[in-house]
Amino acid sequence: MSKAKDEILHRIQSALKEVPADEKREDVAVNREYIQKGNLSGEELVTLFVERSGEYQATVKRIKKEELKDEISKACDRHKAIKMVIPAGFKTDWLPDLLEPQFDDSGAPLSHDELDQLDGVISTCALAVAQTGTIILDAGAGQGRRVLSLLPDYHLCIVREDQIVETVPEGFAGVSDQVKKEGRPITFISGPSATSDIELNRVEGVHGPRKLDILVVGG
Amino acid sequence: MSRQTPTFQETADAYLNNTQLRENLGHATHTIRDKRADIVGEMPDWEHLREAGNKLKKRVMRHLDSYLLQLEASVQEAGGHVHWARDAEEANDIITGLVKQQQVDEVVKVKSITTDEIKLNEALKKEGIQALETDLAELIVQLAEDEPSHILVPAIHKNRKEIRDLFREKLNNKELTDRPEDLAEAARLYLRKKFLSAKVGISGANFGVADTGTIAVVESEGNGRMCTTLPETLITVMGIEKLIPTWQDFEVFMQLLPRSSTAERMNPYNSFWTGVTPGDGPQEFHLVLLDNGRTNVLADEVGRQTLNCIRCSACLNVCPVYERTGGHAYHSVYPGPIGAILTPQLKGIEDDGAASLPYASSLCGACYEVCPVKIDIPKVLVHLRGKIVDEKKRNGSLKAKLDPEHVGLKLMAQAFKNSKRYERAQKLAQTGQNIFVKDGKISSLPGYLSGWSAMRDLKPIPKETFREWWRNRNE
Ligand code: SF4
Repeated sequence: MSKAKDEILHRIQSALKEVPADEKREDVAVNREYIQKGNLSGEELVTLFVERSGEYQATVKRIKKEELKDEISKACDRHKAIKMVIPAGFKTDWLPDLLEPQFDDSGAPLSHDELDQLDGVISTCALAVAQTGTIILDAGAGQGRRVLSLLPDYHLCIVREDQIVETVPEGFAGVSDQVKKEGRPITFISGPSATSDIELNRVEGVHGPRKLDILVVGG
Repeated sequence: MSRQTPTFQETADAYLNNTQLRENLGHATHTIRDKRADIVGEMPDWEHLREAGNKLKKRVMRHLDSYLLQLEASVQEAGGHVHWARDAEEANDIITGLVKQQQVDEVVKVKSITTDEIKLNEALKKEGIQALETDLAELIVQLAEDEPSHILVPAIHKNRKEIRDLFREKLNNKELTDRPEDLAEAARLYLRKKFLSAKVGISGANFGVADTGTIAVVESEGNGRMCTTLPETLITVMGIEKLIPTWQDFEVFMQLLPRSSTAERMNPYNSFWTGVTPGDGPQEFHLVLLDNGRTNVLADEVGRQTLNCIRCSACLNVCPVYERTGGHAYHSVYPGPIGAILTPQLKGIEDDGAASLPYASSLCGACYEVCPVKIDIPKVLVHLRGKIVDEKKRNGSLKAKLDPEHVGLKLMAQAFKNSKRYERAQKLAQTGQNIFVKDGKISSLPGYLSGWSAMRDLKPIPKETFREWWRNRNE
């Protein structure tokens, strides 16, 4: 054991002299009386997510599954984005013909400099939290490495309606296995990059994607 | 005694006289206060969340040794390295050593109060390593080789023309206009190059999870994601009190923090990483666990709760003393009510400056009401005042009895005996301050505030501050 570690642990033990030696962690009771699971479902839940994520400066649109290809095309057009990063595991039959997809896979990952030059990224997500308008990425299929949704200036994110949960506790629970079993990195995104000014109004940010579009896809 | 910091009273007066800064600060704190109240108000279970947050932290503190060992094991299992630092110097040595191993002379940094506390940037500089701050406001302050003027708004004393001139000179961009968009873009491009070439990133940690080894950084601009994702090596400095027991406990703290801090349902970006992920992000991860006085705080049964703090700054924004005196008066990287209780415990009450801080309060209790982890700041303040008086009596002289601080405590104690009288004292303190503030010049304040009389000159504040400019530029 390092000397520093030894000494810090020793300091802690003598600081906690009054704590009974047989006290267990759980003996300090924690009441989880706060709301863990929401009670919204279906339409109400989707509506809440759309409303809350739209309050940050993200563009949010509800679409049907068969419109997906067309809507991706329109969104990219709007941002004049052609060279789009496509994470490993993203369904290629959703991709419009006019895009120049830049595939990132573990065999041949795009370099940071390459990513910096591209127009944007299209990704899916792991979950979305309605209460806070948050998208959760877990580096799974269709999302890829963290850097993919960070360096390009435009992020188009596809959220399936059945991925929306209501509360923050449900959000953390939903990716807990990915962390515990696989140690995957988790990223919460709530609106585009922003900087909070003195009034704490969000204004456009300096880093990270400055434009965020969300397509909420129904059955 | 060496390196005594000036007392709160010595500096506060200058701020009381600085109308511009006071107005900016007043405006800022009021706006944040109102927004926080709204966003907290929409949570029917807020009190349950606070209670759970308090108890989780209490659990951690009472079993801190076992939780730290668990965290260490989890991080190591996930491929990270863990270092222990007894004090600032030891932490700085560890970090400088790690950076030198990578043979670089520049690192990118995301703002962290803990690294400010240990003066990491200075330590790196001594070894020829430049630590580049990447928050926009921090960058401006750093390029200007200035001191932050405020914890929430570090560049409050710079207007857009000054920023343009600064960027023209330092970023070598001669054509730059003072259009806000152009300035923001200039900073983005400058930092982007740095991010892309950085080999080492340094961050603080908002939370560390004992059972999974996960570290969390909570931020807005995206520079935190850059620093923790792009470099090959990541070094994170974490105070030993930042622990939470399990991954599940984020469900409490990640509701409490954003709403209390920036008054948002959720801040733009939260990064959670667990050791090293092959093929994704830094492939070398070092976690430096810092004591630096925290175990002293732990040893005081009343003061211990100070370690619950999740650095949301809600207590600053509701504090009438902070609002009127500004962050500098606290002479610490931790200003406001939390600074008034944390600094003297970290530094020790032998330091006159630190020992003056527990008197920088009218004990109105607003800080306790907003604190998301229910730290009873007034109680700790009164407790520390008692300790300070005892200490003075012990070392000292009869004079200690006539010491204004001692008198202040007595007044407070009298006021406490009788709640009517206490309320009157509150009123007196509050309206008293207003009256004196309107005068512009203050030579004395009533009652126990009369210690605030030292005079100091402050740089004049430009007409339009950086933050005003930032806000107005979209209009
Ligand atoms: S002490 Fe202040 S900064 Fe710390 S958690 Fe409480 S309100 Fe937030």
